Amino acid sequence: MMSRHNLLRPAGFDELGLRRALADRMLPFLVAAMAFLAALALAGWIGAASLARLWQAGAGTSLTVQVPHPADAAHGGETRLEHVVGMLRENPGVASARALSANELNALLEPWLGAGADRLGLPLPGVIAVRLTEPGFPLGALAERVREAVPGTRLEDQGIWITRLATLAQSLQLCAAAALLVVAGVAAAVIAVATRGGLAARREAIEIVHGLGASDSYIAGQFAARATLLAAAGGIAGGVLALPVLLGLANLAAPFGTTSEQAGAFAMLPVGLWLLLPGLPMVAAAIGFTTAQATVRRWLRQLP
Amino acid sequence: MVRFDDVGLSYAGHPEVLHDLNFELAEGAFRWLLGPSGAGKTSLLRLMYLAVRPTRGRLSILGADVASLRRRSLPRLRRRIGVVFQDFRLLGHLSVFDNAALPLRLAGRPEGQIRADVGEMLRWVGLAKKADARPAELSGGEQQRAAIARAVVVRPNLLLADEPTGNLDETQAERLMQLFKEMNRLGTTVVVATHNDALVSRHPARALRLERGRLIGTTCEPVAAYALPEPEVQ
Repeated sequence: MMSRHNLLRPAGFDELGLRRALADRMLPFLVAAMAFLAALALAGWIGAASLARLWQAGAGTSLTVQVPHPADAAHGGETRLEHVVGMLRENPGVASARALSANELNALLEPWLGAGADRLGLPLPGVIAVRLTEPGFPLGALAERVREAVPGTRLEDQGIWITRLATLAQSLQLCAAAALLVVAGVAAAVIAVATRGGLAARREAIEIVHGLGASDSYIAGQFAARATLLAAAGGIAGGVLALPVLLGLANLAAPFGTTSEQAGAFAMLPVGLWLLLPGLPMVAAAIGFTTAQATVRRWLRQLP
Repeated sequence: MVRFDDVGLSYAGHPEVLHDLNFELAEGAFRWLLGPSGAGKTSLLRLMYLAVRPTRGRLSILGADVASLRRRSLPRLRRRIGVVFQDFRLLGHLSVFDNAALPLRLAGRPEGQIRADVGEMLRWVGLAKKADARPAELSGGEQQRAAIARAVVVRPNLLLADEPTGNLDETQAERLMQLFKEMNRLGTTVVVATHNDALVSRHPARALRLERGRLIGTTCEPVAAYALPEPEVQ
């Protein structure tokens, strides 16, 4: 007769009937949707961060200097171009400064002027490609000194664009973080509503078990265990569903990045995303646990 | 054990349902709880099984002052009190065995002991063959017996019963009284609220008599014998 009752407390003994009260359809589905959105927001956050890094590392450290009448004489027997190159190289923030050769200049101008631009006799400025030791190095004082020494010299500082792009990337990151917070909040609200529904549906059972001497933490623990399980399942489902979408997006974004040569789907997503994606079900589970605990404990305070 | 000092009870926003209750039950006492419907018997029991706290006066249950107890200390106290409800309050989705085992599981007893104790208790109330049945598959009397098994399986220090024989035939009611008396003999304080005069007369004992929320006597003699509704301490 009682052979089915094991020596230990039966696993998953469901005295509050939560398996029906906190059903296994709606809640995981909604949490999965939240996890899906969270995965996209995470990808946006990481993507914006790596783009900002990329731009700063590339364009952020390069600078062009234009010197009109490059071949005219400047101080100390140097040409104006040579003098500017020398000044730049002596500056501490400059990693390298190199004047473009006539061929390089022609190649740059060819799309606009056609081959043999030099034969047109245009007064082309000398162009110096400069690499800075770090992005955003302040160049105000240097520009001033160079202009004083060789009037007409123009430093084409891309820093301002980089700063703007970096600000844009940071705003995108903030948006993504805000989206993550909102998604987490909505997930908590969804779980709270589901828990309250479960409490209302099982009110009688809870009152009986409470009357028999079940503590608040016991009852809250039952709800929290169920909510944790369902939220984790939803988190896993949402993360898995988001994966093909993320891979597709990464494929589209590949030309803007530098990792496109690496082979395989694994390399397409940033490492950070691979590390954070498994965290989604864990965070979902944690939200499920704490929300259910808080909701049930608060509700139980109405009982004596 | 149980002590009421000027206890009054009112439910939120309603007039008082129990007034100036003064009595004491010693450990191992047996009391009938008598009185017409609406006299406050169920409310008095609810006070004793800690479903409500008194709105005034001082109530001590199993030696603990109920008013000064922290809320989180109440569950432990509740586990020492067995209650048989008028409406059974069985959990419909659990088997009879699991219903009866619930107090033991809440108390964290080992499953081996639970199996033995619940099995024995179900045999005693005659439900051994229905251990796997759901309450809905049982007759009213069987549900009553399952509720009784759940109430006494923890061997409570205080056993409260609200119309426990309401769904039982004479023989079963007698058996139940034997169980209550046996538990009482072993030291459990027992309070049984009933309308069953025949049962009371077959098992004479002291009684708490309620009328309109007041205690009008603490013996088992007819109410008419009391000229004055005088609350009495044991």
